[in-house]
Amino acid sequence: MGFLTSFFKRAKPLLQLHSGSFSMDRSGRILATTLPTSFPQSLVLEIGRCVVETFRTGQTAQLPLEELVVHYPGLKITAREMRGGAIVFLSAPNVSTPTQQTS
Amino acid sequence: METRYKILLVDDDPDLLEVYRDTLALLPSQPEVHTAPSGARAMAMLEADSYRLLISDLKMPKMDGLQLLSVVRRKFPELRTVVLTSMADENFRSRVYSLGVDLYWHKPGSEQEMTQFLECMESLLGREYDEAGFRGVQSKSLMDLVQLECISQSSTVLRITNGPFIGRIWVNQGEVVDAEMEELRGEDAFQKILRWKAGNFEFLPDEPHRPRTIFKSYNALLLESAQASDERSNADTSHNRLTNTTVPNGTPRSSGLTEIVNTDCVEFAMKTVAETMVDSRGLENPEHIAGWMRQSLDRFHTLGETLQAGGLQQITGIGLQRNVAVAQKGGANLCVGWKNTLDATEVRDRMKKILTLWAS
Repeated sequence: MGFLTSFFKRAKPLLQLHSGSFSMDRSGRILATTLPTSFPQSLVLEIGRCVVETFRTGQTAQLPLEELVVHYPGLKITAREMRGGAIVFLSAPNVSTPTQQTS
Repeated sequence: METRYKILLVDDDPDLLEVYRDTLALLPSQPEVHTAPSGARAMAMLEADSYRLLISDLKMPKMDGLQLLSVVRRKFPELRTVVLTSMADENFRSRVYSLGVDLYWHKPGSEQEMTQFLECMESLLGREYDEAGFRGVQSKSLMDLVQLECISQSSTVLRITNGPFIGRIWVNQGEVVDAEMEELRGEDAFQKILRWKAGNFEFLPDEPHRPRTIFKSYNALLLESAQASDERSNADTSHNRLTNTTVPNGTPRSSGLTEIVNTDCVEFAMKTVAETMVDSRGLENPEHIAGWMRQSLDRFHTLGETLQAGGLQQITGIGLQRNVAVAQKGGANLCVGWKNTLDATEVRDRMKKILTLWAS
Protein backbone atom coordinates (compact mmCIF):
# COMPACT_ATOMS: atom_id res chain seq x y z
CA MET A 1 0.00 0.00 0.00
CA GLY A 2 3.06 2.23 -0.07
CA PHE A 3 2.14 3.90 -3.31
CA LEU A 4 -1.07 5.17 -1.70
CA THR A 5 0.91 7.48 0.53
CA SER A 6 2.05 9.57 -2.36
CA PHE A 7 -1.36 9.38 -3.96
CA PHE A 8 -3.63 10.80 -1.30
CA LYS A 9 -4.14 14.48 -0.78
CA ARG A 10 -2.47 15.60 2.42
CA ALA A 11 -3.82 18.12 4.90
CA LYS A 12 -1.50 20.90 6.07
CA PRO A 13 0.61 19.53 8.95
CA LEU A 14 -0.35 20.98 12.30
CA LEU A 15 2.00 22.32 14.93
CA GLN A 16 2.43 19.75 17.69
CA LEU A 17 1.09 21.29 20.88
CA HIS A 18 2.50 20.01 24.16
CA SER A 19 1.38 19.93 27.76
CA GLY A 20 3.69 21.48 30.31
CA SER A 21 4.31 24.65 32.23
CA PHE A 22 6.59 27.62 32.42
CA SER A 23 7.01 30.73 34.52
CA MET A 24 7.70 34.25 33.33
CA ASP A 25 8.78 37.24 35.36
CA ARG A 26 7.38 40.75 35.02
CA SER A 27 10.09 41.74 32.54
CA GLY A 28 9.10 38.95 30.15
CA ARG A 29 11.95 36.52 30.91
CA ILE A 30 11.28 32.80 31.07
CA LEU A 31 12.44 31.59 34.47
CA ALA A 32 11.70 27.86 34.24
CA THR A 33 9.93 25.53 31.85
CA THR A 34 8.90 21.88 31.64
CA LEU A 35 8.00 22.15 27.96
CA PRO A 36 10.05 20.03 25.55
CA THR A 37 12.86 21.77 23.72
CA SER A 38 11.12 20.94 20.44
CA PHE A 39 8.41 23.47 21.34
CA PRO A 40 9.64 26.79 19.90
CA GLN A 41 10.93 29.25 22.49
CA SER A 42 9.38 32.11 20.54
CA LEU A 43 5.93 30.61 21.09
CA VAL A 44 6.54 30.17 24.80
CA LEU A 45 7.48 33.85 24.99
CA GLU A 46 4.43 34.83 22.96
CA ILE A 47 2.06 32.89 25.21
CA GLY A 48 3.69 34.38 28.32
CA ARG A 49 3.54 37.88 26.89
CA CYS A 50 -0.19 37.57 26.10
CA VAL A 51 -0.99 36.26 29.56
CA VAL A 52 1.06 38.86 31.46
CA GLU A 53 -0.34 41.65 29.29
CA THR A 54 -3.90 40.48 29.98
CA PHE A 55 -3.30 40.49 33.74
CA ARG A 56 -1.70 43.94 33.51
CA THR A 57 -4.45 45.52 31.42
CA GLY A 58 -7.02 43.91 33.72
CA GLN A 59 -5.53 45.85 36.64
CA THR A 60 -5.74 49.07 34.62
CA ALA A 61 -9.36 48.36 33.76
CA GLN A 62 -10.16 47.89 37.46
CA LEU A 63 -10.54 44.19 36.89
CA PRO A 64 -7.72 42.62 38.89
CA LEU A 65 -7.41 38.94 38.06
CA GLU A 66 -5.37 36.26 39.75
CA GLU A 67 -6.11 33.42 37.38
CA LEU A 68 -6.79 33.22 33.67
CA VAL A 69 -8.05 30.25 31.68
CA VAL A 70 -8.07 30.45 27.87
CA HIS A 71 -9.82 27.73 25.94
CA TYR A 72 -9.09 26.65 22.38
CA PRO A 73 -10.26 23.41 20.78
CA GLY A 74 -6.67 22.18 20.73
CA LEU A 75 -5.21 23.81 23.82
CA LYS A 76 -6.09 25.06 27.27
CA ILE A 77 -3.94 27.77 28.82
CA THR A 78 -4.19 28.24 32.57
CA ALA A 79 -2.19 31.06 34.12
CA ARG A 80 -1.77 32.38 37.65
CA GLU A 81 -0.59 35.89 38.29
CA MET A 82 2.73 36.09 40.17
CA ARG A 83 3.82 39.60 41.16
CA GLY A 84 3.56 41.01 37.67
CA GLY A 85 4.70 37.77 36.05
CA ALA A 86 2.86 34.50 35.70
CA ILE A 87 3.08 30.75 35.92
CA VAL A 88 1.46 29.23 32.86
CA PHE A 89 0.18 25.69 32.36
CA LEU A 90 -0.46 24.37 28.85
CA SER A 91 -2.76 21.42 28.44
CA ALA A 92 -3.16 19.91 25.00
CA PRO A 93 -5.85 17.20 24.68
CA ASN A 94 -4.50 13.78 23.80
CA VAL A 95 -5.85 12.84 20.37
CA SER A 96 -5.97 9.16 21.24
CA THR A 97 -8.35 9.71 24.15
CA PRO A 98 -11.43 11.59 22.94
CA THR A 99 -12.94 14.09 25.36
CA GLN A 100 -16.32 13.32 26.85
CA GLN A 101 -19.25 15.02 25.17
CA THR A 102 -21.56 16.78 27.57
CA SER A 103 -24.54 17.04 25.28
CA MET B 1 -27.01 -16.55 2.59
CA GLU B 2 -24.98 -13.68 3.99
CA THR B 3 -25.94 -10.19 2.77
CA ARG B 4 -23.30 -8.23 0.89
CA TYR B 5 -23.69 -4.62 1.79
CA LYS B 6 -23.41 -1.97 -0.88
CA ILE B 7 -21.19 1.06 -0.58
CA LEU B 8 -21.51 4.13 -2.77
CA LEU B 9 -18.36 6.19 -3.19
CA VAL B 10 -18.68 9.74 -4.48
CA ASP B 11 -15.69 11.77 -5.66
CA ASP B 12 -14.95 13.88 -8.72
CA ASP B 13 -11.46 12.38 -8.98
CA PRO B 14 -11.73 9.15 -11.04
CA ASP B 15 -8.31 7.89 -9.92
CA LEU B 16 -9.22 8.21 -6.26
CA LEU B 17 -12.53 6.47 -6.89
CA GLU B 18 -10.71 3.55 -8.44
CA VAL B 19 -8.20 3.23 -5.61
CA TYR B 20 -10.83 3.42 -2.88
CA ARG B 21 -13.15 1.05 -4.72
CA ASP B 22 -10.45 -1.60 -4.91
CA THR B 23 -9.39 -1.04 -1.31
CA LEU B 24 -12.90 -1.11 0.16
CA ALA B 25 -13.77 -4.23 -1.80
CA LEU B 26 -11.12 -6.05 0.27
CA LEU B 27 -12.95 -5.41 3.57
CA PRO B 28 -13.78 -8.58 5.52
CA SER B 29 -17.52 -8.15 4.83
CA GLN B 30 -16.73 -8.06 1.09
CA PRO B 31 -19.10 -5.23 0.21
CA GLU B 32 -20.17 -4.32 -3.30
CA VAL B 33 -18.54 -0.99 -4.00
CA HIS B 34 -20.15 1.33 -6.52
CA THR B 35 -18.80 4.71 -7.57
CA ALA B 36 -20.28 8.00 -8.69
CA PRO B 37 -18.26 10.92 -10.11
CA SER B 38 -20.78 13.59 -9.04
CA GLY B 39 -23.48 14.37 -6.52
CA ALA B 40 -26.19 14.22 -9.16
CA ARG B 41 -25.10 10.78 -10.32
CA ALA B 42 -24.96 9.60 -6.71
CA MET B 43 -28.54 10.75 -6.13
CA ALA B 44 -29.70 8.81 -9.19
CA MET B 45 -27.91 5.68 -7.97
CA LEU B 46 -29.35 6.00 -4.47
CA GLU B 47 -32.85 6.30 -5.95
CA ALA B 48 -32.33 3.21 -8.07
CA ASP B 49 -30.72 0.88 -5.54
CA SER B 50 -30.45 0.28 -1.82
CA TYR B 51 -27.11 1.13 -0.22
CA ARG B 52 -25.77 0.62 3.26
CA LEU B 53 -23.04 3.26 3.26
CA LEU B 54 -22.33 6.46 1.39
CA ILE B 55 -18.79 7.85 1.36
CA SER B 56 -18.54 11.28 -0.17
CA ASP B 57 -15.94 13.92 -0.85
CA LEU B 58 -16.89 17.51 0.08
CA LYS B 59 -15.30 19.52 -2.69
CA MET B 60 -17.05 18.65 -5.93
CA PRO B 61 -18.30 20.77 -8.81
CA LYS B 62 -22.00 21.63 -9.22
CA MET B 63 -23.49 19.69 -6.30
CA ASP B 64 -20.90 19.70 -3.50
CA GLY B 65 -20.69 17.15 -0.72
CA LEU B 66 -22.63 19.27 1.79
CA GLN B 67 -25.52 19.69 -0.63
CA LEU B 68 -25.54 16.00 -1.43
CA LEU B 69 -25.44 14.99 2.23
CA SER B 70 -28.21 17.35 3.28
CA VAL B 71 -30.49 15.82 0.64
CA VAL B 72 -29.40 12.30 1.44
CA ARG B 73 -30.04 12.70 5.19
CA ARG B 74 -33.59 13.77 4.42
CA LYS B 75 -34.40 11.24 1.72
CA PHE B 76 -32.47 8.23 3.02
CA PRO B 77 -32.32 8.57 6.83
CA GLU B 78 -31.28 4.94 7.27
CA LEU B 79 -28.20 5.34 5.07
CA ARG B 80 -24.87 5.51 6.96
CA THR B 81 -22.89 8.50 5.72
CA VAL B 82 -19.20 9.30 5.81
CA VAL B 83 -17.36 12.39 4.62
CA LEU B 84 -13.90 11.72 3.28
CA THR B 85 -12.08 14.95 2.67
CA SER B 86 -8.70 16.61 2.61
CA MET B 87 -10.07 19.81 4.17
CA ALA B 88 -8.81 20.26 7.72
CA ASP B 89 -11.33 22.89 8.67
CA GLU B 90 -13.22 22.78 11.97
CA ASN B 91 -16.10 24.79 10.52
CA PHE B 92 -16.66 22.19 7.85
CA ARG B 93 -16.45 19.44 10.43
CA SER B 94 -19.12 21.13 12.55
CA ARG B 95 -21.34 21.71 9.56
CA VAL B 96 -21.00 18.13 8.45
CA TYR B 97 -21.84 16.73 11.87
CA SER B 98 -24.78 19.11 12.19
CA LEU B 99 -26.18 17.49 9.06
CA GLY B 100 -26.28 14.20 10.92
CA VAL B 101 -23.37 12.57 9.11
CA ASP B 102 -21.91 9.55 10.91
CA LEU B 103 -18.22 10.23 10.35
CA TYR B 104 -15.97 13.01 9.14
CA TRP B 105 -12.69 11.52 8.00
CA HIS B 106 -9.55 13.09 6.62
CA LYS B 107 -8.24 11.36 3.53
CA PRO B 108 -5.72 8.88 4.86
CA GLY B 109 -2.14 9.96 4.37
CA SER B 110 -0.38 6.85 5.65
CA GLU B 111 -0.90 3.14 5.73
CA GLN B 112 -1.76 3.31 9.42
CA GLU B 113 -4.46 5.91 8.75
CA MET B 114 -5.73 3.82 5.87
CA THR B 115 -6.01 0.79 8.13
CA GLN B 116 -7.93 2.81 10.73
CA PHE B 117 -10.23 4.14 8.04
CA LEU B 118 -10.96 0.67 6.74
CA GLU B 119 -11.63 -0.66 10.23
CA CYS B 120 -14.09 2.17 10.78
CA MET B 121 -15.86 1.46 7.52
CA GLU B 122 -16.14 -2.21 8.40
CA SER B 123 -17.57 -1.27 11.78
CA LEU B 124 -20.10 1.09 10.19
CA LEU B 125 -21.20 -1.55 7.72
CA GLY B 126 -21.77 -4.07 10.47
CA ARG B 127 -23.51 -1.76 12.89
CA GLU B 128 -27.20 -2.46 13.21
CA TYR B 129 -29.52 0.40 12.43
CA ASP B 130 -30.75 1.94 15.62
CA GLU B 131 -34.50 2.24 15.36
CA ALA B 132 -34.91 4.17 18.61
CA GLY B 133 -34.07 7.51 17.04
CA PHE B 134 -32.30 9.42 14.33
CA ARG B 135 -30.38 12.59 14.06
CA GLY B 136 -31.90 15.81 12.87
CA VAL B 137 -31.60 17.67 9.64
CA GLN B 138 -30.55 21.29 9.77
CA SER B 139 -33.05 22.53 7.23
CA LYS B 140 -36.05 21.50 9.33
CA SER B 141 -37.24 23.99 11.88
CA LEU B 142 -38.65 22.76 15.18
CA MET B 143 -41.95 24.25 14.19
CA ASP B 144 -41.99 22.02 11.09
CA LEU B 145 -41.16 18.97 13.16
CA VAL B 146 -43.88 19.54 15.74
CA GLN B 147 -46.39 20.29 13.04
CA LEU B 148 -45.53 17.13 11.12
CA GLU B 149 -45.87 14.95 14.20
CA CYS B 150 -49.19 16.51 15.15
CA ILE B 151 -50.67 16.37 11.67
CA SER B 152 -49.79 12.70 11.38
CA GLN B 153 -51.46 12.05 14.76
CA SER B 154 -48.23 10.56 16.09
CA SER B 155 -47.38 9.66 19.65
CA THR B 156 -43.75 10.28 20.43
CA VAL B 157 -41.29 12.14 22.59
CA LEU B 158 -39.27 14.68 20.66
CA ARG B 159 -35.89 15.15 22.30
CA ILE B 160 -34.02 18.27 21.21
CA THR B 161 -30.51 19.27 22.18
CA ASN B 162 -29.16 22.76 21.82
CA GLY B 163 -25.58 22.93 23.08
CA PRO B 164 -25.70 22.05 26.77
CA PHE B 165 -29.50 22.28 26.90
CA ILE B 166 -31.88 19.37 26.46
CA GLY B 167 -35.58 19.81 25.83
CA ARG B 168 -38.35 17.26 25.49
CA ILE B 169 -41.75 17.63 23.93
CA TRP B 170 -44.33 14.93 24.50
CA VAL B 171 -46.78 14.39 21.67
CA ASN B 172 -49.71 12.08 22.25
CA GLN B 173 -52.01 11.19 19.36
CA GLY B 174 -51.24 14.39 17.54
CA GLU B 175 -51.49 16.73 20.54
CA VAL B 176 -48.67 18.37 22.44
CA VAL B 177 -49.30 17.27 26.03
CA ASP B 178 -46.15 18.30 27.88
CA ALA B 179 -42.72 19.85 27.49
CA GLU B 180 -39.68 20.12 29.70
CA MET B 181 -36.50 22.18 29.57
CA GLU B 182 -34.29 22.39 32.66
CA GLU B 183 -36.55 23.69 35.43
CA LEU B 184 -39.32 24.78 33.05
CA ARG B 185 -42.35 22.64 32.25
CA GLY B 186 -45.48 22.89 30.17
CA GLU B 187 -46.09 25.83 27.87
CA ASP B 188 -43.14 27.84 29.17
CA ALA B 189 -40.77 25.01 28.34
CA PHE B 190 -42.41 24.50 24.93
CA GLN B 191 -42.04 28.17 23.97
CA LYS B 192 -38.46 28.25 25.24
CA ILE B 193 -37.54 25.20 23.17
CA LEU B 194 -39.24 26.59 20.06
CA ARG B 195 -37.00 29.68 20.30
CA TRP B 196 -33.93 27.57 19.56
CA LYS B 197 -32.65 28.09 16.06
CA ALA B 198 -30.36 25.08 15.73
CA GLY B 199 -29.53 21.79 17.37
CA ASN B 200 -30.20 18.09 17.06
CA PHE B 201 -33.38 16.15 17.50
CA GLU B 202 -34.44 12.56 17.86
CA PHE B 203 -37.71 10.79 18.30
CA LEU B 204 -37.97 8.61 21.38
CA PRO B 205 -40.65 5.99 22.03
CA ASP B 206 -43.93 7.50 23.18
CA GLU B 207 -44.93 7.74 26.83
CA PRO B 208 -48.72 7.46 26.78
CA HIS B 209 -49.06 7.92 30.55
CA ARG B 210 -47.19 11.21 30.68
CA PRO B 211 -49.32 13.65 32.78
CA ARG B 212 -50.76 16.39 30.60
CA THR B 213 -49.70 19.95 31.43
CA ILE B 214 -50.49 21.59 28.07
CA PHE B 215 -54.12 21.85 27.06
CA LYS B 216 -53.92 24.22 24.10
CA SER B 217 -54.13 22.86 20.56
CA TYR B 218 -50.83 22.51 18.74
CA ASN B 219 -52.00 25.15 16.24
CA ALA B 220 -52.49 27.69 19.02
CA LEU B 221 -49.09 26.84 20.51
CA LEU B 222 -47.30 27.20 17.20
CA LEU B 223 -49.12 30.43 16.44
CA GLU B 224 -48.02 31.91 19.76
CA SER B 225 -44.49 30.79 19.08
CA ALA B 226 -44.50 32.40 15.63
CA GLN B 227 -45.89 35.65 17.07
CA ALA B 228 -43.21 35.72 19.77
CA SER B 229 -40.56 35.12 17.12
CA ASP B 230 -41.86 38.03 15.03
CA GLU B 231 -41.85 40.31 18.07
CA ARG B 232 -38.26 39.38 18.88
CA SER B 233 -37.27 39.94 15.30
CA ASN B 234 -38.86 43.42 15.28
CA ALA B 235 -37.16 44.25 18.59
CA ASP B 236 -33.80 43.19 17.16
CA THR B 237 -34.32 45.39 14.10
CA SER B 238 -35.01 48.47 16.22
CA HIS B 239 -32.09 47.50 18.46
CA ASN B 240 -29.73 47.37 15.51
CA ARG B 241 -30.79 50.86 14.53
CA LEU B 242 -30.03 52.09 18.04
CA THR B 243 -26.56 50.59 18.39
CA ASN B 244 -24.80 52.98 16.08
CA THR B 245 -23.50 54.87 19.10
CA THR B 246 -22.67 54.10 22.70
CA VAL B 247 -25.92 53.59 24.54
CA PRO B 248 -26.34 54.80 28.12
CA ASN B 249 -26.51 52.05 30.66
CA GLY B 250 -30.04 51.15 31.70
CA THR B 251 -31.74 52.09 28.45
CA PRO B 252 -34.66 49.69 28.08
CA ARG B 253 -34.03 47.45 25.12
CA SER B 254 -34.55 43.86 24.13
CA SER B 255 -30.93 42.88 23.52
CA GLY B 256 -30.76 39.74 25.63
CA LEU B 257 -28.41 41.36 28.14
CA THR B 258 -31.23 41.93 30.62
CA GLU B 259 -32.04 38.25 30.50
CA ILE B 260 -28.38 37.39 31.05
CA VAL B 261 -27.90 39.78 33.96
CA ASN B 262 -30.95 38.27 35.66
CA THR B 263 -29.29 34.85 35.58
CA ASP B 264 -28.15 33.37 38.88
CA CYS B 265 -24.64 34.48 39.99
CA VAL B 266 -24.28 37.06 37.16
CA GLU B 267 -23.15 40.52 38.28
CA PHE B 268 -22.95 42.28 34.93
CA ALA B 269 -23.21 41.63 31.21
CA MET B 270 -21.70 43.62 28.39
CA LYS B 271 -21.77 43.39 24.63
CA THR B 272 -19.58 45.21 22.15
CA VAL B 273 -20.04 45.04 18.41
CA ALA B 274 -17.36 47.41 17.19
CA GLU B 275 -14.97 49.93 18.69
CA THR B 276 -17.68 52.36 19.75
CA MET B 277 -20.72 50.15 20.27
CA VAL B 278 -21.02 49.16 23.89
CA ASP B 279 -24.16 47.94 25.60
CA SER B 280 -24.11 46.80 29.19
CA ARG B 281 -26.18 45.93 32.24
CA GLY B 282 -24.95 46.14 35.81
CA LEU B 283 -21.84 48.27 35.15
CA GLU B 284 -21.42 51.90 36.12
CA ASN B 285 -18.65 52.62 33.68
CA PRO B 286 -18.32 49.86 31.11
CA GLU B 287 -15.72 51.53 28.85
CA HIS B 288 -12.68 50.28 30.78
CA ILE B 289 -13.78 46.69 30.81
CA ALA B 290 -14.96 46.95 27.18
CA GLY B 291 -11.45 48.03 26.18
CA TRP B 292 -9.87 45.21 28.16
CA MET B 293 -12.26 42.69 26.60
CA ARG B 294 -11.48 43.82 23.03
CA GLN B 295 -7.73 43.78 23.61
CA SER B 296 -7.81 40.38 25.31
CA LEU B 297 -9.94 38.82 22.59
CA ASP B 298 -7.69 40.23 19.84
CA ARG B 299 -4.57 39.09 21.66
CA PHE B 300 -5.70 35.52 22.26
CA HIS B 301 -7.36 35.24 18.88
CA THR B 302 -4.02 36.04 17.25
CA LEU B 303 -2.22 33.68 19.62
CA GLY B 304 -4.63 30.86 18.71
CA GLU B 305 -3.87 31.39 15.04
CA THR B 306 -0.11 31.36 15.70
CA LEU B 307 -0.39 28.17 17.73
CA GLN B 308 -2.84 26.58 15.27
CA ALA B 309 -4.92 25.63 18.30
CA GLY B 310 -8.29 26.38 16.68
CA GLY B 311 -10.68 29.26 17.18
CA LEU B 312 -10.71 30.96 20.56
CA GLN B 313 -13.61 29.59 22.58
CA GLN B 314 -13.59 31.44 25.86
CA ILE B 315 -11.43 33.42 28.25
CA THR B 316 -12.21 32.99 31.92
CA GLY B 317 -10.73 35.30 34.54
CA ILE B 318 -10.80 34.62 38.25
CA GLY B 319 -10.41 37.66 40.48
CA LEU B 320 -10.60 38.60 44.12
CA GLN B 321 -13.60 40.85 43.56
CA ARG B 322 -15.35 39.15 40.70
CA ASN B 323 -14.87 36.60 37.95
CA VAL B 324 -15.35 37.27 34.26
CA ALA B 325 -15.88 35.25 31.13
CA VAL B 326 -15.35 36.61 27.65
CA ALA B 327 -16.33 35.08 24.31
CA GLN B 328 -17.21 36.01 20.76
CA LYS B 329 -20.46 34.99 19.18
CA GLY B 330 -22.14 36.06 15.98
CA GLY B 331 -19.79 38.98 15.31
CA ALA B 332 -20.20 40.46 18.78
CA ASN B 333 -18.07 40.24 21.92
CA LEU B 334 -19.75 39.24 25.16
CA CYS B 335 -18.35 39.77 28.63
CA VAL B 336 -20.18 38.45 31.68
CA GLY B 337 -19.18 39.21 35.26
CA TRP B 338 -19.75 36.43 37.77
CA LYS B 339 -19.74 36.26 41.55
CA ASN B 340 -16.33 35.27 42.86
CA THR B 341 -17.81 32.32 44.73
CA LEU B 342 -17.74 30.34 41.47
CA ASP B 343 -14.58 28.55 40.38
CA ALA B 344 -13.18 28.64 36.84
CA THR B 345 -14.93 25.44 35.75
CA GLU B 346 -18.31 26.66 37.02
CA VAL B 347 -17.83 30.00 35.26
CA ARG B 348 -16.95 28.25 32.01
CA ASP B 349 -19.93 25.88 32.17
CA ARG B 350 -22.36 28.66 33.03
CA MET B 351 -20.92 30.88 30.31
CA LYS B 352 -21.45 28.11 27.74
CA LYS B 353 -25.12 28.05 28.67
CA ILE B 354 -25.34 31.84 28.43
CA LEU B 355 -23.76 31.73 24.98
CA THR B 356 -26.21 29.10 23.80
CA LEU B 357 -29.12 31.15 25.11
CA TRP B 358 -27.68 34.27 23.53
CA ALA B 359 -27.34 32.56 20.17
CA SER B 360 -30.98 31.53 20.40
